[in-house]
Amino acid sequence: MKARVHIMLKAGVLDPQGEAIRHALGTLGFEGVAGVRQGKVIEIEIAATDEDAAKAEVARMCEALLANTVIESYTVEIL
Amino acid sequence: MKAAVLVFPGSNCDRDLAVAFRQAGCAVEMVWHKDTSLPDGVDIVGIPGGFSFGDYLRCGAIAARSPIIGALKSHVERGGHALGICNGFQVLVETGLLPGALIRNARLKFICRPVALTVETTSSDFTNAYTKGQTVTYPVAHHDGNYIASPDTLAALNDADRVAFRYRDNINGSAENIAGILSENRRVLGLMPHPERAADSALGGEDGADLFRSLAIAAVTA
Repeated sequence: MKARVHIMLKAGVLDPQGEAIRHALGTLGFEGVAGVRQGKVIEIEIAATDEDAAKAEVARMCEALLANTVIESYTVEIL
Repeated sequence: MKAAVLVFPGSNCDRDLAVAFRQAGCAVEMVWHKDTSLPDGVDIVGIPGGFSFGDYLRCGAIAARSPIIGALKSHVERGGHALGICNGFQVLVETGLLPGALIRNARLKFICRPVALTVETTSSDFTNAYTKGQTVTYPVAHHDGNYIASPDTLAALNDADRVAFRYRDNINGSAENIAGILSENRRVLGLMPHPERAADSALGGEDGADLFRSLAIAAVTA
């Protein structure tokens, strides 16, 4: 089973990389880009066969390592 | 007084930190991250600067889950001293031993130069050789030194006099110019600037030497 984790900086946490991308898009002539936030995607192959159990296991991985919940939020999807 | 300096793959200030401890009169042992215990009789654990695990995932994140970290946490829970510099500060916030987080510098640049800091409190074994409000100059060398924390955490740090150093000029976007903070028991210090790179007149100043000297005295009497 494969899980995909999306990790994003929480709302209100400054994302200087996203801001730099936004500026670059403006330089390239893309108008109307109001904001850019950059995050991470992590894909995990997991032995579990039960979808709920896999989701719970990956959520524990997020809490333990994959996300810093002081500044980041995460979502888990099972593919 | 005995210091242990943790070494991770990608640490690059470990030997500088050991030299600074030795100059202050400490015996120093280097401890590999895969070890699960500290040498007997360690008074202070130094977590050095560098790019542990290539800054993969988040700066300090992998190091903070290394086998040695359990021993570091036990040491701190027993009231032992710990000093995390630069990447070491990032490791300390990732372990939760210090609050808040360190994110990419606000203007995205890697900043590498001496900076002026204000000593905010002398009420710690790290800073009691300074005077409150004194300006000291330590070098910085970081890409992710932008300290952030919730308003509640910032208020708690301020109320308990736990901000040890602030940047005179806000070089990296840090909340309230914070450059270094203390734990609740004041025996853990994390800071982005490098006192160990300013601990010898041959190496760009001696402002950092006082930090190691006062720490060496405190750890012996603790």
